[in-house]
Amino acid sequence: MQYFPFVVVAWILGVGLYGIVTSRHLVHLIMCLIVVQSSTYVLLLGVGYVTGAVAPYFYDIGVHTPAVDPVVQALALTDVVVEAAVTALLLAFAVQAHKRFGTLDPQELVSLKG
Amino acid sequence: MTPSLRRWVFLAAAAGFVAFYLWGLLGLPGFGKYPGPYGFVLNRIAVSQTKATGVVSAVNFDYRGFDTLGEEFILLTAAAGVSIVLRRLRGERERSAVDEAVDRDVPATSSAVRMLALLFTGPVVVVGWWLASHAQTSPSGGFQGGVFLATAFILVYLSGEFLVFKRFSPVDLTDVVEAVGAGGFAAIGVSAVAMGLPYLYNFLPLGTTPGAVSSSGTIVLISFFVGLEVAAAFILIVGELLEQTLLIRRRSG
Repeated sequence: MQYFPFVVVAWILGVGLYGIVTSRHLVHLIMCLIVVQSSTYVLLLGVGYVTGAVAPYFYDIGVHTPAVDPVVQALALTDVVVEAAVTALLLAFAVQAHKRFGTLDPQELVSLKG
Repeated sequence: MTPSLRRWVFLAAAAGFVAFYLWGLLGLPGFGKYPGPYGFVLNRIAVSQTKATGVVSAVNFDYRGFDTLGEEFILLTAAAGVSIVLRRLRGERERSAVDEAVDRDVPATSSAVRMLALLFTGPVVVVGWWLASHAQTSPSGGFQGGVFLATAFILVYLSGEFLVFKRFSPVDLTDVVEAVGAGGFAAIGVSAVAMGLPYLYNFLPLGTTPGAVSSSGTIVLISFFVGLEVAAAFILIVGELLEQTLLIRRRSG
C-alpha cells in the first residue's frame, strides 16, 4: 500500500500510452494524451503528500500546522491550464488534417505523407 | 508497421518500463513520507516573507515566478498557434452560418438554456474576478479566475448566437487584453530590474496583515495579469474553434 499512488500513476500513464499507440482517430489520440498528462498530476500531488497534513493555506491556521508541499501543487496548477491550451492547439491541427487529407486515422495519415 | 506489431512493440516497451519503474519505486520514500526540505521551509517562511497566506500562490507568482512566466507564454504561444492553424485556407471562404436543410427548421435555443446561461453570466464574472484577485489568501489566482472569466463569454455564446459572442469579445480587443496580460507580467519583472533588484523581485509594499487583499505586493498584481492573459487566451481559442465550425466553408465549385 505504501507505493499504491505511484502504481496508479504508472497505470494511468500506461493506459494513455496504449491508447495513443493503438489509436485510429486523432481526437481519440488527443484525449489519450490528456490521460497521459493526468498521470503527472497524480505523481506531483503524490510526491508532495505528507500523512496527516493539511493544504498549504494558512489563512485561519497557524504556520506551524503540518502542510503538504506547495511547490508540486503550484506545478500541477499551471500544468492544468497549459494542458487545456495545448489540447486546443492539437485539436486545431486535427481539424486542418481532416480538411486536407479527409481522414483522422493517424495510421492512414502516415501513409499519405502530405 | 501493422497495428498488431505496433501493439507488441508497445507491450514490450511497457514491460521494460514497468520493471524499471518498480525498481525505482523501491528506492523512493513511501507515499506520505515527503522528505524534501523545500516545501517545509516554504510553508514556514512564506507567510511572514510574502504576507500571502496561500503558499501555492506565493510559489507560483513569487518564488517560482520566472517559471510561471514561461508557462504563461506557453499559453500565449498555444493561443497564437490556434489562430494561425485555423486561419482561412486557400480554397475556403468565410460566410455566416445559414440553414442548408430546406425541409426542416433550425431548432431554436431552448428558453431553459438561455435563462440559465444569462443567470450564470453575471455571477461567473464576479467569481472569476474574485478568484483572480484573491491569489494571496485562498486556493485561487489568475489561472483559475481567468478560466472562469472566459466561461462567462462562452455562456454568452450559449444564450445567444455566435455573432453575439463575437460582439462581446472582438478579436482585436481580446488580442490586446492577452498582450497586456502577458506583457504586464514580464513588465513587473523588468520594473524590479530597473530598481536594481533581481528579476520578478517582490518590490511592492507587502502590507502588514497576512492574507488581506492588499497584502503580498506583486503577487496580487501578477495574478491579475495572469487572469487577463488566461481569460483572453481561452476566449480567443474558443472563438477560433467556433469560427472554424460556423463560418469557414470549403469553396464549392
